[in-house]
Amino acid sequence: MPGPTPVPTPDTAPYWEGAAAGELRVQQCTSCGEHYFYPRPFCPRCGSDAVEWRVAGGRATLVSYVINHRPFPPVEEPQVVALVQLEEGPRMMTNVVGVEPLPDNLPLGLQLQVTFEQRGEFAIPVFTPAEAPR
Amino acid sequence: MTSMHGGDIAVVGAAETTEIGSLPGVSMLNLHADAARNALADAGLTVKDVDGIATAGPLAMEVSHHLGITPRWLDGTMVGGCSFLLHVRHAAAAIAAGAADVVLVTHGESGRSRVGMAGRGPNPSSPQGQFEAVYGAQAPYSTFTVPALHFLQERGFEREALAQVVVAQREWAVGNPRASRRTPTTVEAVLEQPPVAWPFSKDMCCVVTDGGGALVLTSAERAADLPAGDRAVYLLGSGESAGAPMVSQMADPGSFRAFQLASAEALATAGIGHADVDHLMAYDAFAHLPLYMLEDIGFVGRGESRDFVAEGHTGKGGRLPMNTNGGGLSYTHTGMYGMFAIQEAVRQLRGEAFAQVPDVGISFVQGVGMFFAAAGSLVLSNRRP
Ligand SMILES: [Zn+2]
Repeated sequence: MPGPTPVPTPDTAPYWEGAAAGELRVQQCTSCGEHYFYPRPFCPRCGSDAVEWRVAGGRATLVSYVINHRPFPPVEEPQVVALVQLEEGPRMMTNVVGVEPLPDNLPLGLQLQVTFEQRGEFAIPVFTPAEAPR
Repeated sequence: MTSMHGGDIAVVGAAETTEIGSLPGVSMLNLHADAARNALADAGLTVKDVDGIATAGPLAMEVSHHLGITPRWLDGTMVGGCSFLLHVRHAAAAIAAGAADVVLVTHGESGRSRVGMAGRGPNPSSPQGQFEAVYGAQAPYSTFTVPALHFLQERGFEREALAQVVVAQREWAVGNPRASRRTPTTVEAVLEQPPVAWPFSKDMCCVVTDGGGALVLTSAERAADLPAGDRAVYLLGSGESAGAPMVSQMADPGSFRAFQLASAEALATAGIGHADVDHLMAYDAFAHLPLYMLEDIGFVGRGESRDFVAEGHTGKGGRLPMNTNGGGLSYTHTGMYGMFAIQEAVRQLRGEAFAQVPDVGISFVQGVGMFFAAAGSLVLSNRRP
């Protein structure tokens, strides 16, 4: 799906470089163990700056969403704008793709798997149902 | 000693723009000016009496210079649509501290016609630009709405709960010529509309309008000497807070802690309890917000908001009349609705509302800003304790 592209900052560049390499990267605090998102050079939970990048497993749960029937150009089809929770803990906004955008296909709690959508020079992390919808 | 709370500070002038709705002939800045001049006339004051200015949208000095005001106190706090609630709170503190005598708070937005407005959309290098906008979380209807399904499902609510909010609020706007949506509707009709961003149909989303409003604040002492002193509305208490500036980073998508914190401080500083509140304005850019607010402020328990609305408690004759101008869903929404929520509270307390509730002594105004980012709360009264 087309759409806006990000403008990375030095703090977020490793995230977008990871996405381009097919990796969903999040940071983990080595002081308290917290995985967190979005990227920043210190732990938002305990304040430690002992943080490291990790490659997330890519599995997530559908927490909430809307099916946007009035997307901005260049998107033309209804788009699932979704809040998901990674198995490591952090929540992020994303799109659910690879499934007809209908409420019956999108029960909350649905298990998802990350995939990447090429958009210009960027790979955008999006999610698809981990099992085919029944 | 003058306090910012407890009724020592008063709203002595309050007015909206002469017209609201679709105003393609008026720039954003002149919406501020029209509202400001109306509010000053309401107070029996002129720009020469004003020494404090607060606004959001344009810079405070853009508005003060445009009006011919030389300020000795400025507040440009910008937290989205509830900025004006914070301005009232900050102005009260400034007046109590002697940093200003007469503060003008203005709002004007050409939200529909976009005359004299800056471009839209987040900075693409901000966290919101990089991690939300790329997914189409751009417009309010595709961003502010995202947590709603989670809220509903957690409580065993269906889409009907959103439609019931729409229907309850429409009743207040019926026949009001200033309201954008003013004909009665039904739960079935609202549910059958095509979705804008499922589960939200058109009438579950606010109207989009041009307009503005302004407030004039001064000390209760000075208010007593003004010609409209008997119409003064007093600030009993207030609160403000903020959480994540991104919807996806809410600590809990099923409630908003900033509502809890700001409202608790407002009630505590006013020295009142929930049962003392006669009237509620609950900022409703979308139909899920009054449900969050009723629960997060504590007017009802968790999971009780749907039935409270559906059973008519927020309607005419109900025990907590809510959004009595019809709200952002029916009355008007320029983009930053908080000013209109305060205006309706002031009208109700003065006994001058279109759909007047009998015997309103205390009104509670709950605002939200930048989607689920910021919150402001005011406790207003027509009596000085
Ligand atoms: Zn930590």
